[in-house]
Amino acid sequence: MNLLTLSWRYLSFRPLATGLNVILLAFGLAILTVLLLVQHQFEQKMTRDSAGIDLVVGAKGSPLQLILSSVYQIDFPTGNIKMEEAQRISRNRLVKQVIPLAMGDNVQGLRILGTNHDYLDLYGVKFAAGKAWEKPFEVTLGAESAQILGLKVGDTFSGSHGISVGSHDHDQHAFRITGILAPSGTVVDRLVLTSIESVWYTHDETGGTEADTPTEEHKVSIAVEDGTLDEGIDPHLLPVATQGFPISDQERELTTLLIRYRNPMAAIQLPRMINSGTSLQAASPAFEMSRLLELLGVGINLLKGLALALVLIAGLSIFIALYNSLKERKYDLAILRALGASRGQLMTLVFLEGISLTILGAIFGIAFGHGFLALIVEFSSQEVVSLVDPWVFLAEEGLIFGYALAVGIVASLIPSWSAYQTSIAQQLTKA
Amino acid sequence: MLLQSTSLSFSYPGQPSLSFPDFSLAGGEAVLLLGKSGSGKTTFLNLLAGLLHPSQGQVILDGTVLSALQGHRLDLFRGQHIGIVFQKPHLIAALTVKQNLDLALFLSKKKGGTPTDLLQNLGIVGKSAAAVSTLSEGEAQRVSIARALINTPKLILADEPTSSLDDDHAHRVITLLKSEAAKIGAALVIVTHDQRVKSEVSKVLELKSA
Repeated sequence: MNLLTLSWRYLSFRPLATGLNVILLAFGLAILTVLLLVQHQFEQKMTRDSAGIDLVVGAKGSPLQLILSSVYQIDFPTGNIKMEEAQRISRNRLVKQVIPLAMGDNVQGLRILGTNHDYLDLYGVKFAAGKAWEKPFEVTLGAESAQILGLKVGDTFSGSHGISVGSHDHDQHAFRITGILAPSGTVVDRLVLTSIESVWYTHDETGGTEADTPTEEHKVSIAVEDGTLDEGIDPHLLPVATQGFPISDQERELTTLLIRYRNPMAAIQLPRMINSGTSLQAASPAFEMSRLLELLGVGINLLKGLALALVLIAGLSIFIALYNSLKERKYDLAILRALGASRGQLMTLVFLEGISLTILGAIFGIAFGHGFLALIVEFSSQEVVSLVDPWVFLAEEGLIFGYALAVGIVASLIPSWSAYQTSIAQQLTKA
Repeated sequence: MLLQSTSLSFSYPGQPSLSFPDFSLAGGEAVLLLGKSGSGKTTFLNLLAGLLHPSQGQVILDGTVLSALQGHRLDLFRGQHIGIVFQKPHLIAALTVKQNLDLALFLSKKKGGTPTDLLQNLGIVGKSAAAVSTLSEGEAQRVSIARALINTPKLILADEPTSSLDDDHAHRVITLLKSEAAKIGAALVIVTHDQRVKSEVSKVLELKSA
């Protein structure tokens, strides 16, 4: 028997009041935990995914949509741009590096992104198996994509049109997997990467109207002619561009460009130049995302306020519970004093009760928070939400714990002081 | 003499001061404290227990001057050397019988567990795991006696221990208090106006009304 077990006995002697207080506190803290986790992970993902990208250039439309679609692969692209125009921008002296992107297909909802090997370097990916694509229709899977598709190097699959599930399949040409990436914690994990040429050729065939489209028939004739002429060579067999823009003899389109500036001057001049001087649109990931967070901030602050109010009410409820139980227990306290307990021990006893309540509330709150997030992630088909890992524990959760503890201490102050003040003789004589 | 009180007086704020007769008690001896309501019986008991601080005079228990002790040292001394039986059992309802007794040991910083022969003597050995709320009045009073005796105190103070008990139980409780006090050589002071008790104890101290 010691003070801790005694305080615990008192708490478990009133299971309803104790349970209510713990749950009240836990709910408030759970909301705080969820907010903390979501905010932290989104911000982390956002900065990691946009690292090294100074500017995104694409078709006119919403700049936020452009960023979301090209950097985070969430929203739909704003449209396509002419490769010629894109190449003109890349020749600008303010541009250090350009990574072209072409989108338009998916496999089981995973985006097939046409790009070059610079994109792999941008995220510093490592290969778990195989190597990067080198020919048309060769693909490299992100770690999560490979897991979702359940495919391995050497396997083939066909994509379907559009960037979300449900469109018709491109079954004329199967993609062949040449490599699978190791998990990187970036947007790449959930992509199917290939060359821009692959994206072009897939759509050439579905369209089927362009004169130059290579067909099975065409290929045969090339073989007969022994492939001596440039125009006669089947581009499907040539290696793809691993850097810069792919080569094409036709008028081709891209979806967006990821641009890195050569110098700080570019940040001022380039966006304005593109937005006013061309039919294209330039958007900065940093600017658009801070704008988005500002918009979301209102909602987040509202939720935070609600959570804080809940915690405050929980603190008040703990205070009332302690204070009321103290009134019932004045005689108990006097008896404890008569049995040899000091004033300090009685004060500690009441403190321990308040603090045990809040520690329980904090443990449950943090557990609820993670569990709740896990449920959301589990039952959500939204790609955005599934980016959050509910089982990451942050140092900031220690702050939540400390916050709960502070609430407990404040709520116990007055009751424990009145326990300290209890006059034994008076109490014992009263009955 | 184990217990001695000399020229004790106490006054509640705004009231005339009460003074108490000097008296002394040897170990194993018992005394009945009688007096009308308002004669200061309980105040006297509280002074003897160190629960109240006398405005004059002193209580000496086994060579220790109670009023010279302060704060926690007084609390600890009381826990270790003075056993108090209250008018009502006042056990801690959140604890079992055994835990109530353990608590008394813990608060007085005494080592060792609850002696079973004490529970045996009091006839509550089978109740040690029972919740306090399931005890009868008599059982609860016996547990509270066990709690007062558990630290083998030098002084046992009982404040109207029989007032809520029937004849049979009242007799048993007084006999128990007397025999246990004698066994451990403690001085026993019983405050009462219960006629049934008066025949059981020969030494009597009567307080006059102020």
